[in-house]
Amino acid sequence: MLSPDILLAGTINGLLTGAIYVLVAVGLTLIYGVLHIINFAHGSLLMLAMYAAFFLWRSTGIDPYLALPLVAAGGFALGYVLYRCVIGRLSRGKDENILLVTLGLAIVIENAALFFFGGDTRTVEVSWAAETVEVGPAFLPLAKLVSFAAALALCAALGLYIARSDTGKAIRAVARERQGARLVGIDVEATFAISYGIGIACLGAAACLLIPSFYVAPTSGHAFVLVAFTIVVLGGMGSFLGALVGGFVVGVTESLGGLLLGESLGQIGIPLIFILILLLRPAGLFGSRA
Amino acid sequence: MSMQTGRNSISRRRFLAGSTAVAGALAMPRIAGAQAAAVRIGLIHPVSGFVAYNGQQGRLGAVMAIDEVNQAGGIRALGGAKLEALLGDSQSKVEVGVSEVEKMNEAGVAAYVGCFQSPVGIAATQAAAKYGTPFVIDVGASDALVSRGLTNVFRLKPGFGRCVDDAIATLGELNKAAGSPAKSVVLVHESGEFGTGTAKLLAGKLPSIGLEAKELIAHDNPTRNFDNVALKIRALRADIVMMSNYQNEYVLLAKTLLQQKVNVAAMFSVLGGGFNYKFVREQPDVAEFMLDHNHWFNPKSTKAQALKKAVEAKGGLFTFEVYLAYNAVMLIADALERAGSADKAKLTAALAASTWTPEIMPYGPTRFVNGQNQGGQGATLQALKGDIEVVRPEAFASAAAVFPRPKA
Repeated sequence: MLSPDILLAGTINGLLTGAIYVLVAVGLTLIYGVLHIINFAHGSLLMLAMYAAFFLWRSTGIDPYLALPLVAAGGFALGYVLYRCVIGRLSRGKDENILLVTLGLAIVIENAALFFFGGDTRTVEVSWAAETVEVGPAFLPLAKLVSFAAALALCAALGLYIARSDTGKAIRAVARERQGARLVGIDVEATFAISYGIGIACLGAAACLLIPSFYVAPTSGHAFVLVAFTIVVLGGMGSFLGALVGGFVVGVTESLGGLLLGESLGQIGIPLIFILILLLRPAGLFGSRA
Repeated sequence: MSMQTGRNSISRRRFLAGSTAVAGALAMPRIAGAQAAAVRIGLIHPVSGFVAYNGQQGRLGAVMAIDEVNQAGGIRALGGAKLEALLGDSQSKVEVGVSEVEKMNEAGVAAYVGCFQSPVGIAATQAAAKYGTPFVIDVGASDALVSRGLTNVFRLKPGFGRCVDDAIATLGELNKAAGSPAKSVVLVHESGEFGTGTAKLLAGKLPSIGLEAKELIAHDNPTRNFDNVALKIRALRADIVMMSNYQNEYVLLAKTLLQQKVNVAAMFSVLGGGFNYKFVREQPDVAEFMLDHNHWFNPKSTKAQALKKAVEAKGGLFTFEVYLAYNAVMLIADALERAGSADKAKLTAALAASTWTPEIMPYGPTRFVNGQNQGGQGATLQALKGDIEVVRPEAFASAAAVFPRPKA
């Protein structure tokens, strides 16, 4: 039987890990909320953003945290262009086509990364990445504490932007009723591209916050994408609050599951949540508010 | 004297001259085509997927060996026949590895080299056995690769059974020499054939050197976070952490244990997937004092040093995948010379009877028993001051081992 100290430390670890999941899931839920499609390229684009943070650090020495605005802006530009030039054009207005296009994009991006960057694992070594803060029985990695704070700030900022700004209002209008939005003069296609861009910008931010405590290789995105899908389903597709709560729930479930059932069997918690939510509350925890 | 008279008649001299010229012209392509047919070697590695780096390294070593053989004049016993590489990607998946075997069989391969991952190797060798094609395992730790009675399978390097025995002997010796400060071990392993098999073997043998296996902790590939594993190890108060995992998880686990201030007498891996020059040079603080029992080149071999330089000149790292795949191809080249034929049965017989000595390895002459070379051995390595030193066997040692590691 594990001691309460270990369980407490495991819970805190789960919350910190959950914050990383939130960062990855926020972009996914935004894209779903507006475009009504699951972005299969999400993991591959996360990997690409992590490479961007890595190469910026290696070539210029810029700390990944300082590179965050740059990588997020690059992510927005890439997402916008991808939607305008590839996804929007090839989908021909059909949601099911978008699914296939993003799946194709994922395959192309992953193999291009393998071709250009090799299969090697890259890590960013910054002096503070090994620092920890001692809280009771737990040594909390500084990098993960920063990610935790950033996840909360990012969700709040994104929520405010969507609620208050004109673009945010347009995004909400398009998410609710495309045809109606078009009738009142909103450029729906541009709004789709902006939403996709914001989703990828979130991935850029996640990549910069993740890379000091993780690594990047062409398959790195796989480690997060299934978890992100689970969080989006759990929290309610298209809901920021859902992504925030869902990320923490999944993080803690995974952590305690690992402690109580073992690292391999403990992973069962994530698919279990996925199945239970689909059975009992298909709209997710906050789906009705999305 | 003419054969025939008249305007269109041809003199015998002209006829002879003409026919000689025609015969010469017809013979030209034959002379050009007298170059012996290339011998095709199928290289099956996971050059994409989650162990892509390891697969790419294996391919690099095998291709370098093929180039070296060809530049030296090819296979002399076959009239200078060149070796031709058929490149296959298992994508880190069993079924894809098998389909590569089938494709290459259609293309007429004489032998295969592969597959890095044991599960892929087990299935691929089985597929190659249907055609009686020899298969040389370059990397693949599971002893199941060579214990199924398949006569077409050969493994030059030691398997995890032998590596575990040698590693246990070394660990027992180091602990005893230090006054037995370590009493217990936690084993952290990936949940596949390689990690699970190695960890179970280790756990069974630890009591023979006076160490208790407190717990076996399995993890998936990929694993995102090892914080809880660190918590468990701290709670178990183990003296040694033994690891059997692939590159990414190996490095992440080592980083986490340092970050979570898990103070142990040693971190000791057997066939540690991430213990290489890249890890030790890029993260010297994390790697310092870590021990690994693994395949390693003979640091005193000039040929090994030359090969290392050649790999580094290409911007690569001289990892075990490179020189094990290199050796696998060289073993086949030697067998082709002795068989004097690329016939599969003759090549298999030549491999089975091989007494080739891989000069770049700390091995004796090859002697295959049921496909497993009995002349191979690993080395115990330690990361010291940003470099990798051989600490055992003594005959090849480049530094003295530090055990237990100084307390942080």
